Amino acid sequence: MPDILSAPLVVEFPFTRSLGPVQSAFLTGLRERTVLGVRTGDGKVLVPPVEYDPVTAEEIRDLVEVAATGTVTTWAWNPQPRRDQPLDTPFAWVLVRLDGADTALLHVLDAPGPEAVRSGMRVRVRWAQDRTGAITDIACFEPYEGDPGGSAPHDGEFADPVTGIVTPARLDYTYSPGRAQSAYLEALAGRRVVGERCPSCRKVYVPPRGACPTCGVATDEQVEVGPRGTVTTFCVVNIKAKNLDIEVPYVYAHIALDGADLALHARIGGIPYDQVRMGLRVEPVWADGSRHPDHYRPTGEPDADYDAYKELV
Amino acid sequence: MRDVAIVAFAQTDHLRRTDELSEVEMLMPVLHQVLDATGLRTSDIGFTCSGSSDYLAGRAFSFTMALDGVGAHPPISESHVEMDGAWALYEAWVKIQTGEADTALVYAYGKSSPGQVRDVLTRQLDPYYTAPLWPDSVALAALQAQALIDAGDTDEAALAAIATRSRTDASDNPHAQLSGAVPAGDYLVQPLRTGDCPPIGDGAAAVILAAGDTARALCARPAWIRGIDHRIEAHGLGVRELTESPSTRLAAERAGVFDRPVDTAELHAPFTSQEVVLRKALGLGDEVTVNPSGGALAANPLMAAGLIRLGEAAARIHRGESDRALAHATSGPCLQQNLVAVLEGESAHA
Repeated sequence: MPDILSAPLVVEFPFTRSLGPVQSAFLTGLRERTVLGVRTGDGKVLVPPVEYDPVTAEEIRDLVEVAATGTVTTWAWNPQPRRDQPLDTPFAWVLVRLDGADTALLHVLDAPGPEAVRSGMRVRVRWAQDRTGAITDIACFEPYEGDPGGSAPHDGEFADPVTGIVTPARLDYTYSPGRAQSAYLEALAGRRVVGERCPSCRKVYVPPRGACPTCGVATDEQVEVGPRGTVTTFCVVNIKAKNLDIEVPYVYAHIALDGADLALHARIGGIPYDQVRMGLRVEPVWADGSRHPDHYRPTGEPDADYDAYKELV
Repeated sequence: MRDVAIVAFAQTDHLRRTDELSEVEMLMPVLHQVLDATGLRTSDIGFTCSGSSDYLAGRAFSFTMALDGVGAHPPISESHVEMDGAWALYEAWVKIQTGEADTALVYAYGKSSPGQVRDVLTRQLDPYYTAPLWPDSVALAALQAQALIDAGDTDEAALAAIATRSRTDASDNPHAQLSGAVPAGDYLVQPLRTGDCPPIGDGAAAVILAAGDTARALCARPAWIRGIDHRIEAHGLGVRELTESPSTRLAAERAGVFDRPVDTAELHAPFTSQEVVLRKALGLGDEVTVNPSGGALAANPLMAAGLIRLGEAAARIHRGESDRALAHATSGPCLQQNLVAVLEGESAHA
């Protein structure tokens, strides 16, 4: 059993979303220190506002301004804030029903400790210093003992409305490839290519994933394949990918390594792109310090007969 | 309506980490177990459906890799839900109802160990108003728990008793991740302590469905699905009454739960407080055996834990320990989506 490999894997993406009239008015309003709700057909005021009545599914856009003060309907004390949460000191998660609203908004409450928080307590919005038109324009809520505010109609019109938001998301993983792929990667470190044979149909899969997709059984017998192989099909790439320092056009190909029953894919080098052909015999070229072949180049052997690889195209 | 039954069920041991196994490597043993139990080969299966989530793996289309485990070449009739496998089972049940298949293989798996699952689950929330605050899954459950406490529906001692009962029952479940005397622990997010929360782990499960006489041929005592339904509530947490679960109630009504008493209920309640909500919605009294497997408090492999509730309920019928069982699965924060099925043994109301 080889060592279990693992590596950090970060998935990060700035989701860009457009806003409809209701969400645009709400988030622009936050930028202007104004909290807007929306009135449903039966007169309830929903904060935060939605575009469709959750009961009737009717489109709604009758905006209402509500107060920046409200009442906690439920809460939960968070002793250990996590990355990206609104406050980095212990805080309470709260659902707050703002004065003039019939539903509650999820946010956080800055309080000294859980003993200072209870359902029914009065709170008000603490606005963020820099506001951009996002839910985080409310920095948090804070305890507030003043009188309840009211609600008033609002046309939802603001100068320079926010029409879209960017919500960055980042998740951190530790990726472990499992038994079969770990063995494959371990072998690559020694510049060997290892596949696995299906005990049932006897096909050799490379890279091995631990299962035969035809028989649905575990593959476990390791088989060294290659290093030479045959181009079974290819394409010419004319568009340069971001962060790739390979000149276009170049050829990307399926290569059936000798002894394998499944073609893997790799770049072809060492030959002009317009001379690559099906049946071309190739071998890997390893770059210093790399775990993978950098590309495959012609071996100079005669081309393989079509019959020799037609099952692998 | 065709008579459709769960005829086989298998699950992995649920573990905190399974670094040595890829997802398909973790899954394959349970696929073979349900196939072996029925004598079917993958080529005999009429429809295959799975449940899993790319967000747990951190990779796009991660479920396609698992297809190697079911022999997807030559082509098979297959589908996938980016949800708990209980919903994959629902899709397979519908497929059999259409007459396009007589048997179905349903599987589900999830590895929570590669990522921070509390953070990962924030990405299922509304992206405009909620997700930017990164409220984690424990925090949202804790808001619901506090609402229940304020309403007088439970208290911290009662919640701890649910945790203790579940993990004591799990002592008889060899697959459980957490069993026996588990300390209540410190507050993770008050009012929920670590003991009120499910273990984080990796695991997989599979079932085989079959219709009519095919089911009778494959299983001595099939667990007939007499009713199955699923319902959803508004995504806005502040719109919902968190102490109640009208979607569970409605799904149960439509599934026929209230037509006759059930003797067993497998409830998908990852947090102790959620069992309180579900018992109320389903009107379960003390005469009903709830989560004899230990439930999700003993093992909560995401995307499989709901399917396991159906499998555990079916297995009790297979063994003759239950005649009429309720199985429930949930998805989303604070019991947002709920699926309810009624399973019966052949002679349950002869």
